[in-house]
Amino acid sequence: MNALMVLVPLTIAMGAAGLLAFLWSMRAKQYDDLDGAAERILLDDEDGSV
Amino acid sequence: MTCCSSGIGLAGTERESRCTPTELALSSKVLGGGLRQSTLSVPEMHCASCIRSIERALSAVDGVEVARANLSTRTVVANWRTKKGQAPDLVRTLADIGYSSHLPSSEVDGEDRVQAHLLRALAVAGFCAMNIMLLSVSVWAGADVGTRQAFHMLSAGLALPAILYAGSSFYISAWRALMHGRMNMDVPISVGVLLSFGLSVYDTITNAPQAYFEAGTSLLFVLLGGRLLDHMMRSKAKSAVAGLARLMPRGANVVSHDGSVDYLPLADVQPEMRLLVTAGSRVPTDGIVVEGRSELDGSLVTGESAWRSIDLGSAVRAGEINCGGPFMLTSSVAPEDSLLSEMASMLATAEDGRSHYRRLADRAASLYAPVVHSLSFLAFAGWLYSSGDIHRALTIAIAVLVITCPCALGLAVPMVQVVLARRLFDRGLMATEGSAFERLAEIDTVVFDKTGTITTGDPALLNPDQISEAHLAIAGSMGRLSAHPVSKALWMSQTKLGLEVVAFDDVQEIVGFGLEASIGADIYRLGRRNWAASPVTSPIVNPASSVVLSKNGEPLTDFVFGETVRPGTIGLVQALRSRRIDVQILSGDSRQAVAFIARSVGIERFESELLPGEKVRAITDLQSNGLRVLMVGDGINDAPSLRAAHVSMAPSSASDIGRSAADFVFLDNSLFVVFEAMEAARMAARLVKQNFGLAVVYNALSLPLALAGFVTPLMAAVAMSTSSILVVANALRLAAPVAEKSRDQALRSSQLAEVPT
Repeated sequence: MNALMVLVPLTIAMGAAGLLAFLWSMRAKQYDDLDGAAERILLDDEDGSV
Repeated sequence: MTCCSSGIGLAGTERESRCTPTELALSSKVLGGGLRQSTLSVPEMHCASCIRSIERALSAVDGVEVARANLSTRTVVANWRTKKGQAPDLVRTLADIGYSSHLPSSEVDGEDRVQAHLLRALAVAGFCAMNIMLLSVSVWAGADVGTRQAFHMLSAGLALPAILYAGSSFYISAWRALMHGRMNMDVPISVGVLLSFGLSVYDTITNAPQAYFEAGTSLLFVLLGGRLLDHMMRSKAKSAVAGLARLMPRGANVVSHDGSVDYLPLADVQPEMRLLVTAGSRVPTDGIVVEGRSELDGSLVTGESAWRSIDLGSAVRAGEINCGGPFMLTSSVAPEDSLLSEMASMLATAEDGRSHYRRLADRAASLYAPVVHSLSFLAFAGWLYSSGDIHRALTIAIAVLVITCPCALGLAVPMVQVVLARRLFDRGLMATEGSAFERLAEIDTVVFDKTGTITTGDPALLNPDQISEAHLAIAGSMGRLSAHPVSKALWMSQTKLGLEVVAFDDVQEIVGFGLEASIGADIYRLGRRNWAASPVTSPIVNPASSVVLSKNGEPLTDFVFGETVRPGTIGLVQALRSRRIDVQILSGDSRQAVAFIARSVGIERFESELLPGEKVRAITDLQSNGLRVLMVGDGINDAPSLRAAHVSMAPSSASDIGRSAADFVFLDNSLFVVFEAMEAARMAARLVKQNFGLAVVYNALSLPLALAGFVTPLMAAVAMSTSSILVVANALRLAAPVAEKSRDQALRSSQLAEVPT
């Protein structure tokens, strides 16, 4: 029971952190051009970053 | 300004005028600080090196601050400043590195709010549902009372964001439906979710052994997933349609009193202004010709395939293409009052062939919701009466609501439509309306427009066997130097036969008449009979246009041109016949031209010389006899009838107004895609029915259990997920090719039929 008192909130906090990270990445427009992101990985120059 | 002879046109000039820097500036967004933003659609962008070369080329242009390509929407966004009062010529820059680009026909919305909201809601619902499920599994595995209580409390806390935030769109939609006295799928979903949450909170407080937190939240999660997929598919299709080239100009060349020409946005064009229409561009507004002569292609406006020659005093209409030399007109109305807007208002008043169409899911919901709600109420009343235990009765009533879970129903239609839309998208057919697939599966009559739909805009030589190769070589070599479509067609025929190019001493184009070339003392003329040669009567089959080649005034050969039939048309007509679907042509073109094309593709029933209003009436007459009409058309004149038909399609080359009035836009050059879409839609309709069947069977099995009070949260969870998985798996069967067999057959027969005669 004592272990649960620590572990369960910890688990949920980690999940929530993941959720917040996802929401942030969405606001940062990281999902606007998924096809482009897949292709840009092939570019080896560093000038196109916005 | 004179325009009696425009030198030799460059080979390969497009019929559509390119977007000029001025036009680009007119359509750009002002960001402030002198910075402007333009979005260009670049359909040929498809890989990493395209992205790089496009971004590099645009960034290198003087005045462009930053350029960012988006491969998903095939667009590029550039921020720029004017240099010396000039906008940078982005389109030219892209053309120089080999990419065609144009202004998107409607604003490609970079930010999709609905999708962002759905995605956020899905993330929240997923997080809550998964964590509650973990806790619930521990409870079901036999947690002791204290732990169970703690876990239920936690679950309640976790369920709150899902119930409050993720479910909000369902409640709003359900509320709206109820306010209008309608029923939709969201009503039982909202009632079930909210009631089960309320009861579970009560049970947690009273320390009851069971709570249904995971049921409500997983339900939301699964449904949001279906909705998001549905929305993504549709917005992809919408943005693809929006990325098509806009055909109407955004501005006009206004000639002021001192003779200088300014490019003004259409909104600033007034009646009585003098406008210059350059070769190859579209007429911006209705007016009267005051200077110059030319030929106009009005196929997209009225459906006439033959060109009109215009001269001083001729009336011209908005949307016609200038195929000859530049001319000047005096605008008779402002652009917003031109024929185009007449169509727009007709569109608005045309009886919407689909306004009274209710989507299958809504019809199912209006059956399903009252049944389920009354059943659960009966269960409540029955148990209350027999046991007197209000809590027990309420639990069972809610179990009934949850176990007859609408997820199978809520997913049955959208999942099938997502898979179907995906498949057709890959074949180049885009649906802009969710219920279009359902309506497409019901049709029994297909009505085609002729010009631009059954035929393409390019003229085809009808009498190649009557023409000697030497004459064709001369005519083709003359035609090589002109941008006139007939000249292009002659040049094409020549290159197809691999004939030698004839060298001339001098060639000039005389606008409105034809071409004149000389070799030594011989003068060849290619063009209208009355100009090129002394009049001789000759029997002409279907003269969309005919030109004559003459040598020193003596006619050598007649070239008769007709329209080119779109590939796949004959196969399509046969395939539709084999499905007992009635096929007709309704065209605005001359009787002769329509009859000729109807004969050549094997359609018996046709009407010609129809005005836009008459087309609409023809379609509403058919529909009032109980027929379900699919209309395929492209022109400005077709827009109202596209709206009036039960379901409608337009090729991507269609007019802006036609494209926006149609349910589907197809990119394919072949018309056969119409049949493929119909087959796929019919199969989808079958799958939807099967899915409903599955849902009914599942409910029939689970309802008695719920009514008897045997359903535990664990059972509800297992039953719910299996039914959802079944429905989705069944929908995925559509991803297998359906029309393969019939397509191969039809292609074979159409190849036999379309052997060039």
